[in-house]
Amino acid sequence: MSETADLYQAIIMDRTKNPRHAGKPPHFNREGHGDNPMCGDRIHVYVADDGTQVHHESRGCAIMIASAELMADAVAGLTADAIAERRKAFEAMVTTGTTNPTLGDLNALSGVSEYRSRIRCATLPWSALTAALEGAK
Amino acid sequence: MSAALKSEFLDVTAIRKDFPILAQTVHGKKLVYLDSGASAQKPRMVIDAMMHCMEAQYANVHRGLHWMSERTSDAYEAVRDKTAAFLNAASREEIIFTRNATESINLIAHTYGRAILKPGDAIVISEMEHHANIVPWQMLRDSHGIELRIAKITDSGELDFTSLEEKFADGKVKLLAITHMSNVLGTYTPVERLAAFAHAHGAKILLDGSQAVVHRQVDLQAIDADFYVFSGHKLYGPTGIGVLYAKRELLDAMPPFLGGGDMIASVSYERSTWAKPPYRFEAGTPAIIETIGLGAAIDYVLSIGFPAIAAHERALTDHGLATLSKIEGLRILGAAQDRGGVISFTMEGAHAHDIATLLDRQGIAVRAGHHCAEPLMGRMGVTSTARATFAMYTSMEEIDALATGLLRVKQVFA
Ligand SMILES: Cc1ncc(COP(=O)(O)O)c(C=O)c1O
Repeated sequence: MSETADLYQAIIMDRTKNPRHAGKPPHFNREGHGDNPMCGDRIHVYVADDGTQVHHESRGCAIMIASAELMADAVAGLTADAIAERRKAFEAMVTTGTTNPTLGDLNALSGVSEYRSRIRCATLPWSALTAALEGAK
Repeated sequence: MSAALKSEFLDVTAIRKDFPILAQTVHGKKLVYLDSGASAQKPRMVIDAMMHCMEAQYANVHRGLHWMSERTSDAYEAVRDKTAAFLNAASREEIIFTRNATESINLIAHTYGRAILKPGDAIVISEMEHHANIVPWQMLRDSHGIELRIAKITDSGELDFTSLEEKFADGKVKLLAITHMSNVLGTYTPVERLAAFAHAHGAKILLDGSQAVVHRQVDLQAIDADFYVFSGHKLYGPTGIGVLYAKRELLDAMPPFLGGGDMIASVSYERSTWAKPPYRFEAGTPAIIETIGLGAAIDYVLSIGFPAIAAHERALTDHGLATLSKIEGLRILGAAQDRGGVISFTMEGAHAHDIATLLDRQGIAVRAGHHCAEPLMGRMGVTSTARATFAMYTSMEEIDALATGLLRVKQVFA
C-alpha cells in the first residue's frame, strides 16, 4: 500500500492504537468540543491550565485521533498565544503539505493535504482546543 | 469466483459504454464507482438530450408565443407525461417538478403540513429515515404544534409493525412519512401494506422513493400512495430536478409553496389567485434543461427495463453480501429479507473515513459517514459506516475489487 504510506505513517497508526492522552482527566480547568457534521466525528478536549495539559475524548478516524494525540504532545506547557501560533502553523502545514521544522512530530500529518476531505479530520482537535481556551473557565 | 462481466440479466459491458465517466481513472487506477446511492452517473443519452436542448431547442416555457418557446414547453411538458407513466400516476397533473426529494418533502410540510394538518395532529416517521424525511417534520412540529412520532425498526433493519401500531393507537396520526428503501440498510418497506394500514387509520402516506425508484418498478396506483418523492440525480438524471407526486384531491386542497410567476391565475395588488395544480406549485422558471434530462433518464432506464435491472442488482447484492461477510471483522448493517443493493458496513479497528480513503487510493469510491441518517446510526449502535451502493452498471468484478481493497485496508489496520 505504498500509495497511502504518506498518509498512514507509523506514528499515526501507533498513536491511534495506543493513545497516551485519551480520556477525561481527574482535574481540568477548561473544556472544548469539536464536531464534524459531515461524518459524525466528535472530540472533547480537557485542558489543565497549569502547564497546559491536554486530554481528549474522541470518536473518530485514525487521522483525528492521531492529530489529537500529537497536538497534546505539542502544546504541553505552552501559553495560549503560543498555542494559537502553533495552530496557525499546523493548519498551514496540513493545507499546503509543506512540512515545518518547528512542528516536529505534527509533520507526520502533512499527508492529509492530498486528501482534501480529510484535512478537517486533522484540524478538528485544534478547533476543540481553541474553543476550550477561548471559552469560559 | 464471480460471474463474467456479461451478466445473465443484462449486458453490463454494453451498459458501461453508455456512461462516459466510467472510463475515467482515479489516482491512476480504474474507477470503481460504488457510490451511486449518493448520486448516479449519467448515460450519454441524458447528456445528449440536455446538450440538444441547449443547442437546438431552448427558450423559456409557458410564456413565449414564439416557436422556440412552444417547442420547449412541449418538450418540458412531455416529461411530465413520461414521469406520470413511469410511476403509473392517475394523471399528469399529479406530477410536480421540484429541485430534489428534499424540496419535495419540504413542499409537502409547508403546504399540506400547515394548511391541512392541525396542531395536535401527529406524524409518524420510522427509525430509518434520511434527514430529508426527519428535519422538515421537526420544523413543522416546532412551528405548527404537530407531534412527531418515531416508529421503531427491528435489529435486522425492518419496520417493527407492533411499534407502528402503537404509534397509531390513539387516532391522532394523520400522516405516515416513510422511506420506500433505506439508503443505509437497503431495506425495502412493504409499501402496499403500509398504505393500507395508514388509510385504515385515517392517515395519508408519504413515501420517500429516492432510493427505491432507481431499482424497481413503482406503481403508485397499485400502492395507493398519497405522496411520493424522488430526485432525478439518483435515477441517472441530472441534479437540480426532483419529483413530487400527490393525489389530485390533495393537491387541489393545498395552498402554494413559493409565490411568483407561473403559479398564479391572476395577480392584482389586492389579491392574487392560484393556478391549478401542478403549476400552482411550480413558481418561477423551472429547471427546463434538467427536466429534459430527467425525461431522457427515464427513457434510458425503461429501455434497459426494470426486470433486467432488478435481477442484475439482486445478483450483485447476493454476491456482495456473500463476499463481504467472509471478511473477518467486517460487520454488515441490516439483514432485511427484502433488501436492495446498499451495503453499509463497519470494520473492526478501522474507522469508516480511513476505509474510504484507503479504498479511494485504489480507485474505489464508497461513501463514509452517517449517510444523512444520524439517528439510525445510533439505533444500529455505530457512529458511522462505510457504504457501497450498486447500480445497473455495477459489475461483479467491481464487487471483487471492493473485497480485495478491504483486505488491504485490514492489513493497514491490523
Ligand atoms: C432515502 C433518501 N431520501 C432523501 C434523499 C435526499 O435526496 P436529495 O439530496 O437529492 O434531495 C436521499 C439522498 O441522499 C435519500 O437516499
